[in-house]
Amino acid sequence: MSAFVALFARELKLAARAKTEWLMPPLFFVIVVTLFGFGVRPNDPQLAAFAPAILWVGALLAALLSLERLYRSDQEDGTLEQLLVSDTSLTFAVFVKSLAHWLLSGLPLVLLAAPLASMLGLPSAQFAPLVLGLALGTPCLSFIGGFVAALTVGLPRGGALLPVLVLPLIVPVVIFGAGAVRAAGQGLDAGAPLYFLAAILMFTLTVLPWLAAAALRNAFE
Amino acid sequence: MNWTWFHRLASPPSFFRFAQRLAPWLGGLGLLLLVACWFGGLVLAPADYQQKDAFRIIYVHVPAAAVSLTLYVAMAVCGAITLIWRMKLAECVLIAIAPVGASFTALALITGMLWGKPMWGAYWVWDARLTAELVLLFLYLGVVGLNGAFDDARAAARACGLLAIVGAVNVPIVHFSVDWWNSLHQGATILKFGKPNISADMAWPLYCGLLGTYLWCAAAVLRRTQNELLLRERGTRWVRELGTELDGAADVS
Repeated sequence: MSAFVALFARELKLAARAKTEWLMPPLFFVIVVTLFGFGVRPNDPQLAAFAPAILWVGALLAALLSLERLYRSDQEDGTLEQLLVSDTSLTFAVFVKSLAHWLLSGLPLVLLAAPLASMLGLPSAQFAPLVLGLALGTPCLSFIGGFVAALTVGLPRGGALLPVLVLPLIVPVVIFGAGAVRAAGQGLDAGAPLYFLAAILMFTLTVLPWLAAAALRNAFE
Repeated sequence: MNWTWFHRLASPPSFFRFAQRLAPWLGGLGLLLLVACWFGGLVLAPADYQQKDAFRIIYVHVPAAAVSLTLYVAMAVCGAITLIWRMKLAECVLIAIAPVGASFTALALITGMLWGKPMWGAYWVWDARLTAELVLLFLYLGVVGLNGAFDDARAAARACGLLAIVGAVNVPIVHFSVDWWNSLHQGATILKFGKPNISADMAWPLYCGLLGTYLWCAAAVLRRTQNELLLRERGTRWVRELGTELDGAADVS
């Protein structure tokens, strides 16, 4: 437990010292969504129909921004090596880091989603499945992305590779997440896609930290 | 049971010689079967009562799609072997499979699109089977890209192995997508339980095509594995001896 607190507090402290870093993803999210508003003719009713897809893709792209830094800075200053040789399980450390990543760059996006959705003219009945879906879907991205970030940690050209590897893996999250919002829009029960999202989240929480730890060990061999 | 043959096969020089002997046979037999498939499918088989002659693209599309999935499973299995037993040969096979699999996935997608235009009226529909196959292509390309980004070949292969294992989640999705979702793509015709839904005079060229494509792929993977082995072991004695042997043969001719 003390290891959890120490690791988590360290992530938060680092984030507090580099404010611009965790302010960028929400700002990026707002700008991307606004650009869609500029892209169509003013007050186009079509925008509300595309709002689920815009919000979901925007949120995932925004969370992707900070993924590369997840292990890169720790690798550069040697913290990662310390974690590898310490007696704390690496899988656990990876879990904590991904969780902190979600708290710093996933949660703000979840909170921003409802105001942005009303900007796009999404009916308020669809707000709940949108926010709930993002709350389930953004941690999936933090954990799947954390695994890929671990795979590419020592690579000189890792920055461009990361989104290319992450995006195909999060296709199911987008399908069920945006699907839940659309289901609510058609007056259907959004429960089924949300349960699917929850299942994907449980799977990523249990399996991927373990694989990410293996990837980190591989990077240091 | 005596497993020494297996251990011997896992050593790079003996696998190289084994592949050297096997690959021409697999490739030759595969080509023969493919020619039989093309002749049987394009000339002998009757036209479909509904799709007329357009159905004949099945003889390229179905084998390519089947191979694309099988190769991914093989790649993930190689990934597991790479990570668990650190077997050099499995690393080379894994790296060899990725581009071959990507090509066949692309072929399956392209032939599917060409088939879709006359039948469905669109080259592309956002359908479960099609999108899952497209994701499969991205996964293959991801493995190729990840492998290219590393300087150390062994670390690259292990990272690719991890990625291949995670991506293997997609394989059952591709295969069962036509059963799980309402799909424009037709359901399983051949690879299913019970009697296949295809008439015998259309089926035999398809079986020839499937077997031929599998053999052809096996030959391609063996050849690529050989190249990878040569590249990695270029400093070792057996490769240098192989080089001098080839030089000698070139001097004689």
